[in-house]
Amino acid sequence: MSYVPSTAEQRQEMLKTVGVQDYRGLYRDVPQQMLLDGLDIPEGMSELAVTRAMTAMAAKNTLFQTILRGAGAYDHYIPAVVKTVPAKEEFLTAYTPYQAEMSQGVLQSIFEYQTMICELTGMEVGNASVYDGATAAAEAAAMCRDRKRRVTLISGAAHPDVINTVRTYCYGTGDELKVVPAKDGKTDADALGSMLDEGVASFIVQQPNFFGQLEDVEALGKLAHDAGAMYVMSCNPISLGILKTPRECGADVAVGEGQPLGMPIGFGGPYLGFMATTEKYMRKLPGRIVGETVDSKGERAYVLSLQAREQHIRREKASSNICSNEALCALTASVYLAAMGPDGLAEAARQSMAKAHYLCKQLTALPGVELVYTGEFFHEFVTKLPKQDEVLAALEKAGILGGLPVKEGVLWCATEKADKAALDKAVEIVKEVLAK
Amino acid sequence: MKLIFEKSVAGRHCDLLPRCDVEYVEVPKGFAREKAPALPELSEVDVTRHYTELDHRVHGVNCGFYPLGSCTMKYNPRIDEEMAALPGFAGVHPLAPKDAVKGCREVLDTAAKYLCEITGMDGMTFQPAAGAHGEFTGVLLIKQYHDKRGDKKRTKIIVPDSAHGTNPATAAMCGYQVVNIPSAPNGCVDLEALKAVLGDDTAGLMLTNPNTVGIFDENILEITKLVHEAGGLCYYDGANLNAIMGVVRPGDMGFDCIHMNLHKTFATPHGGGGPGACAVGCKEFLREFLPASALMQGEGHLQVRAFAGNFLVVVRALTYLLTLGREGVPEAAQNAVLNANYLMQKIKGTFEPAFDRICMHEFVLDLSEFKKETGVSALDVAKSLIDYGMHPPTMYFPMIVHEALMLEPTETESKETLDWAAEVYRKLYELGKTDPQYMHDAPHHAQIGRPDEVRAARQPVLRWKKPE
Repeated sequence: MSYVPSTAEQRQEMLKTVGVQDYRGLYRDVPQQMLLDGLDIPEGMSELAVTRAMTAMAAKNTLFQTILRGAGAYDHYIPAVVKTVPAKEEFLTAYTPYQAEMSQGVLQSIFEYQTMICELTGMEVGNASVYDGATAAAEAAAMCRDRKRRVTLISGAAHPDVINTVRTYCYGTGDELKVVPAKDGKTDADALGSMLDEGVASFIVQQPNFFGQLEDVEALGKLAHDAGAMYVMSCNPISLGILKTPRECGADVAVGEGQPLGMPIGFGGPYLGFMATTEKYMRKLPGRIVGETVDSKGERAYVLSLQAREQHIRREKASSNICSNEALCALTASVYLAAMGPDGLAEAARQSMAKAHYLCKQLTALPGVELVYTGEFFHEFVTKLPKQDEVLAALEKAGILGGLPVKEGVLWCATEKADKAALDKAVEIVKEVLAK
Repeated sequence: MKLIFEKSVAGRHCDLLPRCDVEYVEVPKGFAREKAPALPELSEVDVTRHYTELDHRVHGVNCGFYPLGSCTMKYNPRIDEEMAALPGFAGVHPLAPKDAVKGCREVLDTAAKYLCEITGMDGMTFQPAAGAHGEFTGVLLIKQYHDKRGDKKRTKIIVPDSAHGTNPATAAMCGYQVVNIPSAPNGCVDLEALKAVLGDDTAGLMLTNPNTVGIFDENILEITKLVHEAGGLCYYDGANLNAIMGVVRPGDMGFDCIHMNLHKTFATPHGGGGPGACAVGCKEFLREFLPASALMQGEGHLQVRAFAGNFLVVVRALTYLLTLGREGVPEAAQNAVLNANYLMQKIKGTFEPAFDRICMHEFVLDLSEFKKETGVSALDVAKSLIDYGMHPPTMYFPMIVHEALMLEPTETESKETLDWAAEVYRKLYELGKTDPQYMHDAPHHAQIGRPDEVRAARQPVLRWKKPE
């Protein structure tokens, strides 16, 4: 089955109209010795058979009842309406809204998304999305560089995949990335101070950081600014329901991983990179941007705007090569934020924080389970965990995905999705294994 | 229509979360935001109706004809969506232990195996999130290859002037100087122009084949041979793979690495601009340079984003591949090519193709004569098509054709649709001769009239603001 609707007779008729005998005639420019004689892949399947095959593959994964692991992929509750809206066939199967006259729905949804991201971050301009939080950080680093300032600094307490992605983008352009060491689970401010010089374009910090710790972001931003560098904050969007906005903290660019806003963890994607900045840097922002204007009748309308920054116009001089983005994920985030509202978002943030602190308190009451970093945290924390492998295995057996083993211990996470009973059950299992 | 913020009513909300069953903790001093974000306050009915109203102002390929050249807007099967939504895929944490993610690994491994077979490559990654991101990944393979050999003099990437804008932008992101070469009069690579720029500073060539005018470059073996002889590598931009999958393989044409847009060729939905997903394949000697996640696979590799890529999009693509299978894959390609040629033949005689010969999966109309004659531009024709509920083709691309309209009908359109489309084009051709003003003013029955793009750029309004 190939979803080709034309019948055998129609195909013959069409070949005749084109003036060729058969399909080979259509490929006459292809050097004949290169033409394939069949593919070595299985025969096609009916929809029912495919369903069986894919369902069987899905069944080979373990589904955990409770997920106490985050590290860049957060298991929040996804309201039903957040699933149904992006599944609508029109939103789902349209492409980039190049033709504004038949794409007002997509354009307006992006304009609303840009507004929501600005509201979350305190910024003035947001783009229509980039691929994920890691590429958002890398794009931010690129937009901060100029002729003189080429070096990017990133906190060693940022997500390892974010650091490595920024490093990769820097390798591309031949620019330098330096990692500011972490101390006690947070960016070492003294080290940052000594690394900042007139060659540094920007400093990137993650809030809350990879270890869940709340960084002293205002002080770090001041250090960067005093040295003439731009300040980039990578934020968890749920936390922005209650935490200071990047703008309030002095950031010039706010980026982050938008997955917590209604996207399934889905083995890592598709996720959503969000980016916002101040009006000053508006024209340096990469990616699609939707703007408001009027149509020929003077009515409010939306269009893709500021396109002079982009690859299809500027080619090798473009600010980024990005073309396709994560529009449907941006729509998902918008529906999530609309459904949650300011209070619902704050509640998800507060509950995540509360559950993580409860879990932390219960775990660290057990013998040998110690908090590794003692600073303030949001919804993740690191503990030492005796019999680590055994404990995690016992949790998995009980349908609980425990914290992530990291160099320093185990990185735990809790969200509003875990109720007290689930957390108690997890703690009970840890206790049992430790008592053995 | 109103913006979602203009529908907000203070105090209104959806009840979605249970009461918190543990003690709240205070946000530490100095960390709390000053005021709540001005997100809309709505009931669930408001939310659903707002987005349904927006949805009615969107044209997707599953709604109607969408021959946007170079974008392969083929039908997006519903079963692919259902498979991607299976909790056994959607609910899997990317950092869950290996034993718990065997099914995800099987999806990636199976898709990689089939795509290697289809492209003639040896290794495959799904980390990149979209086509341009795949280009970036692919050119980084080339860069690492030269770097590892200590071959520092290779500073240039060659790109034909007919290439997608992402090609030169990608080369620049990889630190390369872009050498644009002019196309031959037939739209293909000008061998002499290529030879003239090849040298020991050539890192590689980025090429689409079939190219952006929809023609398969018959000199392809000569082209890749020339680049290799100069010590460069050949990158295949898979944007146009739909024309040839299962028929001829980039690996056999002499390409060293390739990207594929799963959201084009393998029928995953475009989502209003994304998410796409991209597979980047390479020959054995480049495998060691494929990207990997620092957290999942450890340090020591480059990586282009977090985790393993847009996994749930790969699930859709694999579902599609399993459905088509060994006969369906070439059948799709052949009919994509047949549909394009058929539509071109049916339109010919009015608007004329830029290159009057057998095309691949897409073709370009050249309206410059028509514009000279009537004053009606490619833009006017495109806007007029909207009144017929048909998505316009890609406009003003490739840049080597003036007043270009690029049509890619794909294999999933029926003969009836193509006949209807051709009839509409013929009508507009006549209308341009009799009433050009009507076409300058088009569209007449769309959601909006033509928007003022200049104003949008000069007085940027990029977000809604709460009235003071």
